[in-house]
Amino acid sequence: MPNKRHTVLVCEGTGCVSGGSEQAFSLLRDELGRSGHDEDILVKRTGCHGFCQQGPLIVIEPEGIFYTKVKTDDLPEIIQSLSPGGKPLKRLFYRDPASDKPIRYYREIPFYSKQERTILKYCGSIDPEELTDYLGIGGYEALRKAISDMSPERVISEVKNSGLRGLGGAGFPTGRKWESCRNAPGTIKYVICNADEGDPGAFQDRSVMEGNPHSVIEGMIIAAYAVGAEKGFIYVRAEYPLAVNRLKIAVEQARQEGFLGNHILDSDFSFDLDIFQGAGAFVCGESTALVRSIEGKRGIPKVMPRSRTTEEGLWNKPTLLNNVKTFANIPLIITNGAGWFTQRGTEKSKGTAVFSLTGKVVNCGLIEVPMGATLRKIIYDIGGGVPGDRALKAVQTGGPSGGCLPADMIDMPVDFDSLTKAGSIMGSGGLVVMDEDTCMVDVARYFLDFNQRESCGQCIPCRLGTRQMFEILNDITKGNGRPGDIDLLFELSESIKKSSICGLGKTASNPVLTTLRYFRSEYDAHIHEKRCPAGVCNINGS
Amino acid sequence: MEDELLEDILATFKGERNELVPILQEVQENLGYLPEKAMLEIAKFICVPESHVYSVASFYAQFRTLPLGRKRVAVCRGTACHIRGAPQVLNTIEKTIGLRESETSEDLEYTLETVACIGCCALAPCIRINKEVSGEMTSEKARGLFHVKEEGGEGAE
Repeated sequence: MPNKRHTVLVCEGTGCVSGGSEQAFSLLRDELGRSGHDEDILVKRTGCHGFCQQGPLIVIEPEGIFYTKVKTDDLPEIIQSLSPGGKPLKRLFYRDPASDKPIRYYREIPFYSKQERTILKYCGSIDPEELTDYLGIGGYEALRKAISDMSPERVISEVKNSGLRGLGGAGFPTGRKWESCRNAPGTIKYVICNADEGDPGAFQDRSVMEGNPHSVIEGMIIAAYAVGAEKGFIYVRAEYPLAVNRLKIAVEQARQEGFLGNHILDSDFSFDLDIFQGAGAFVCGESTALVRSIEGKRGIPKVMPRSRTTEEGLWNKPTLLNNVKTFANIPLIITNGAGWFTQRGTEKSKGTAVFSLTGKVVNCGLIEVPMGATLRKIIYDIGGGVPGDRALKAVQTGGPSGGCLPADMIDMPVDFDSLTKAGSIMGSGGLVVMDEDTCMVDVARYFLDFNQRESCGQCIPCRLGTRQMFEILNDITKGNGRPGDIDLLFELSESIKKSSICGLGKTASNPVLTTLRYFRSEYDAHIHEKRCPAGVCNINGS
Repeated sequence: MEDELLEDILATFKGERNELVPILQEVQENLGYLPEKAMLEIAKFICVPESHVYSVASFYAQFRTLPLGRKRVAVCRGTACHIRGAPQVLNTIEKTIGLRESETSEDLEYTLETVACIGCCALAPCIRINKEVSGEMTSEKARGLFHVKEEGGEGAE
């Protein structure tokens, strides 16, 4: 931290920007310059703090004072409060929803104090557009260590020992994937970062890219060193313009400092990467579809049987594809060692999980907890519970490929395997809380609508099957459900699961299967009593 | 003018097949949509059949083959937005500006679309007008937003 009395951190994540934080940043900087206060007060833009719902957010360091819902009118007073003898602005403090008590410091706010942030640790405290900030927190030291002290095999064994599993959803062991790519024959190989966060209701990858883009890039460079790749791509959704922009800036900075390009850090290792903007297709999260998209084709998954992407990927060359958060973990593992990483988590899921906590929950935002934390801890301790006096009904994880778990399962520890066992999936980290006013049949209909829109249309079970399921669910929610519909839904689910080409089709029925498993009575009420217990569905125009 | 702009855009690319998606993005960014003529030129430029360019353009949700309104209104239909009232917000906007999803007004003032997820789930439900995101939307707020714009025109934001 530079030698100034105060640092004012202005959140410029997408959420806070929509509340006007960019203007706040410029106004503060101009005002401090004009009044001569910029001598001892530094204004800094940061990435997402995670508590978007309370934005725009401003944090005053070194004290750690946390201001919420800041408006431009508040800025002169904030500046005033920073002069000697000034007092913090109580009216902008976060108020505990239960007690209405104002809380001055962010470290005392339950939303933050109950989390354990490693990937997100510096999202919100460093300027994502300044390389010096990243270097100041030990950035690119892991790369230096890997290149100068470790062989590629050593790097892979460190990642294997850490037990890190792919955080894009499927949870495949990262080290094994790297090893298989390294061992694949061929001299040309590629590394791709999957940042096509298409899961509706999830924004954790966006926040990491906006808040700490260099951590992702450093992880990719280390991966390239380990598998022997010279070229990489970050495949990021075009719907995330801010993330795209920050990544572009970061890549350029890394090139200038010699972290990317030829002879990285004066070694024999060369690697460079490009940013590729995904044009909006959920199925492109699937590795073979993503690869085809970069090749300039329709994003359609390859048919089975096919080789793994690690053996035959982009332009039929061995390709390593990992998620944003998986890469962001790599510098931490290399710097601190596999042993450090395995301290957190459960037996088979190590490290932390980042969730986008949204829906009917008091504190919406981005959170990070050790793998194995219970849903209760996430929803109640961090999320502050369900707003109003409503009862918790369900928790949806894994987006359109995942499922809805009932309220009585909230003491279940959350990791890859427990969620799969319960019929859902970890997915990339969307976690949507639903209360008694949410209709589970409508939720199932919503996801099937999404899946049938996003089906690439290549294979019939997915293209027509999801459409049929959607039509049946649509009828049920309109009061036109027929006896036998549920059996038909089960039958369709089974055949779509068994016969679809890719993961989209194979998991498309999960939202229906889990709601049928845990909320069957709601379906029955719609079909037999022509009644929506939650009062959401417009049954017969009522 | 469109022809010159297209020429300038293509000049920044090498003419390789794998540049198709970025080229389409750049052309749409500058022309607002993908005119048929531009797609034909792009096919020539990267040496692929015209049908291939159209097949890619029609596959991805981002691409438009018809002109768009000056104000592109995108209602998020992500999960968090859905359960916090996005369908009602969409309904209100449809009524207020007199367009259905995926339609553009005749005077090219508005295009109404839905998007899978803007990524502002903590501020759900949200909408985006051109590049600006507005969160915690309600039917009432949406009605106000469009009425003000209707009456006051361009400068009333």
